[in-house]
Amino acid sequence: MVTLTFPTWMEPYRALATGKMTGEQWQTLLRQLIWPVLGMAVFLLLWQLAAQRIDTSLGQFPGPADVWEQAGTLVDEHQATRAKEEAFHERQEKYIASRLEQQPEWEPVYRDYTGAPTFFDQIGTSLITVMSGFLLASVIAIPLGIFIGLSNTAHAAMNPLIQLFKPVSPLAWLPLVTMVVSAVYVSDDPLVAKSFLTSMFTVTLCCLWPTLMNTAVGVTSVSQDLTNVSKVLRLNALSHVGKIVLPSALPMMFTGLRLSLGIAWMVLIAAEMLAQNPGLGKFVWDEFQNGSSQSLGRIMVAVIVIGLIGFLLDRLMLMLQRALVWDKSSVQR
Amino acid sequence: MKALLELSNVGMKFDTPKGQFEALKDVNLKIDSGEFVSLIGHSGCGKSTVLNIVAGLLQATDGGVILDKHEVTEPGPERAVVFQNHSLLPWLTAFENVELAVKQVFRKTKSKAEIRDWVEHNLELVHMAHAMHKKPDEISGGMKQRVGIARALAMQPQVLLMDEPFGALDALTRAHLQDSLMEIHAQLGTTVIMITHDVDEAVLLSDRIVMMTNGPSATIGEILEVTVPRSRDRLALADDPTFVRCRQQVLQFLYEKQRKVEPLPRRNSAKAEANRKRA
Repeated sequence: MVTLTFPTWMEPYRALATGKMTGEQWQTLLRQLIWPVLGMAVFLLLWQLAAQRIDTSLGQFPGPADVWEQAGTLVDEHQATRAKEEAFHERQEKYIASRLEQQPEWEPVYRDYTGAPTFFDQIGTSLITVMSGFLLASVIAIPLGIFIGLSNTAHAAMNPLIQLFKPVSPLAWLPLVTMVVSAVYVSDDPLVAKSFLTSMFTVTLCCLWPTLMNTAVGVTSVSQDLTNVSKVLRLNALSHVGKIVLPSALPMMFTGLRLSLGIAWMVLIAAEMLAQNPGLGKFVWDEFQNGSSQSLGRIMVAVIVIGLIGFLLDRLMLMLQRALVWDKSSVQR
Repeated sequence: MKALLELSNVGMKFDTPKGQFEALKDVNLKIDSGEFVSLIGHSGCGKSTVLNIVAGLLQATDGGVILDKHEVTEPGPERAVVFQNHSLLPWLTAFENVELAVKQVFRKTKSKAEIRDWVEHNLELVHMAHAMHKKPDEISGGMKQRVGIARALAMQPQVLLMDEPFGALDALTRAHLQDSLMEIHAQLGTTVIMITHDVDEAVLLSDRIVMMTNGPSATIGEILEVTVPRSRDRLALADDPTFVRCRQQVLQFLYEKQRKVEPLPRRNSAKAEANRKRA
C-alpha cells in the first residue's frame, strides 16, 4: 500500500480536494492562492483598460493579450533561428565532406552561423554577464570588506573613497570602462568579446558596494565576548578570522550579496541599452529603434522577463542564504 | 607553601576624556591550588576588572599577577574564562564549541579519538551529554552556561575564572548549576575565582569570600573564610550557625560598611523637590 505524504504547504489543497477544510486552512488558501491571483487579475484588467486609451506613434499600447501573443512570436522566432542554424551546419558539413573527397589535401574552414541573436540568446548573454560581474565583485568585496572591518586604519583610509564612489550611476562609469577596455584589452584572438568585458566591469563597479559595506559592518560588529573567547583560546589571526569573524559576519555578508545581485541586474540592463552590448538591454533598444507595430509588445515581454529573472535571482540568493547561514532569523523574505 | 596565584599591588587606571580614573588600587591576594574564591562587591567596584586582569584580557597599570611562577601578560587557556552570557559560538553545536577549545589546547598531545572522548567526557561532567549535538539557540540559558563551563573545564585550566556565571539565570536553574559546580569542584579540585552578586551563592560555594570596597580606587575590604565543611547541602545549611554567621558578615560588609548610595537621576530629584514644596 502506498501512502502519499504531502508537504505542509499543500495541505490546504488536499483538504480542499477531499472537502474537509478547517477555518485556518481557508485562511492559508486565501493568503497563498486567492489573494495573489485576485491581485494579478485586477492588475491585468487595469492594464487592459489603460492600454486601450493610449495611442502611440507605433499604434495602440499593447494589452496583456498582445503581449502574450508577442511572447509566442518570440519563442517561434527562436525555434526558427535554431532550425536555420542547424540547416546551415548540415549544409556546411556536406559541402566540406564533398570537397574533401575531391581535394583530400584541402584544409577545411568551419564557419559559425552568423544570424542575429534571438530573444533567448540575449537572455543567456545577460545572465552570464550578470553572474560574471557579480562574482568578480564578490571576490573583490568580501576580502576587502573583512580587511576594512578588522582594521580601523584601513577603514579610515578607505571610507571616504567608498562613500564617494558608492552613489555613482552605472551610466557615468560606462564611457570610461569602454575606453579603458578598448585600450587595455588588445588581443588578436580575444577569449571573450570586448562588449562582454565592458558590461561585466560596469556591473562589478556598481554592485561592489553593498557587499563591501555589509561585510565590513558584519566584521566590525563581532561581539566582544566572542573576541574574548578567541583571545583566551589564543587563536592565531587566521583561525580567528576563519572560526570567529567570518561565521559571525556571514548573515550581514549575505544581506549585502543579495542587495548587490539586485543592483547588478538593474545596472546590467541599463549598461547594455546604452552601450549596445549584447543582452536583454540591447534587445529592448533594438526594438525601440525598430519601431514596428509589434515593438511595444515585444518590449513589454522583455520587461516582464527582466522582472521575472530579477525575482528568480533574488530567490536563488535567498535559498543559498538559508542553506549557508546559521542565524535563520537574519534571513528575511 | 607558595600560593598558586598571586596578585601583588594590582592597580588599574583608565584614561578618560575627563582625565585619569583610578578603578583599582593595591589589590593583594594569594590563592592556593584547589581553592574556591568568590569576589563580591557592589556593581562598578571593579570585580570584573580584577578578573579580566587575571585572565589577561586587561593589563594592570600597576603591580602584576603571577600564576605558577609565570607573570600573566596575555590571555591563555590555562586561565579559562566562563563568561556571564555563555559566549558560545552560535553557529556551532555544544560538542563543536567544546571541541574548538580542546583542539586548540590539545592539538599536539591528543589523538582524534582522544579529543572526541575528552569533549564528551567534559559535556557529561556538566550533565549535557544528552544535548551535545544541539546548537545554542536550541537549548535553554542554563544549558548554555553548562556548555560554557564544559568548554572552560575541557581546557584543563590551572585557574577557572567565572564572571557572574549564573547572573542571568532564574533562581531554580541557578541552584541546579551551583550544585553541579560544587560537584565538579569536589571531583576535580579545580582552583576557581568567581565573581558574584549573590551573597548566598558566595557563602555556599566558596572557601574564601573576597569583599571589595566601592570605587573609585576600589580595593579588597575584607576577606572572609567560610569554614563550613564540605560537602555542603543547601537545605541543611539554611540553619547552620556557621553558614548564617558568614552570610551575616558579608551582608554587613555590603550594606553597612560599604553601603552604596546611588545618586538619584536628575529628573526624579527635581520632581521630588516639587512634591516636597507642594506638601
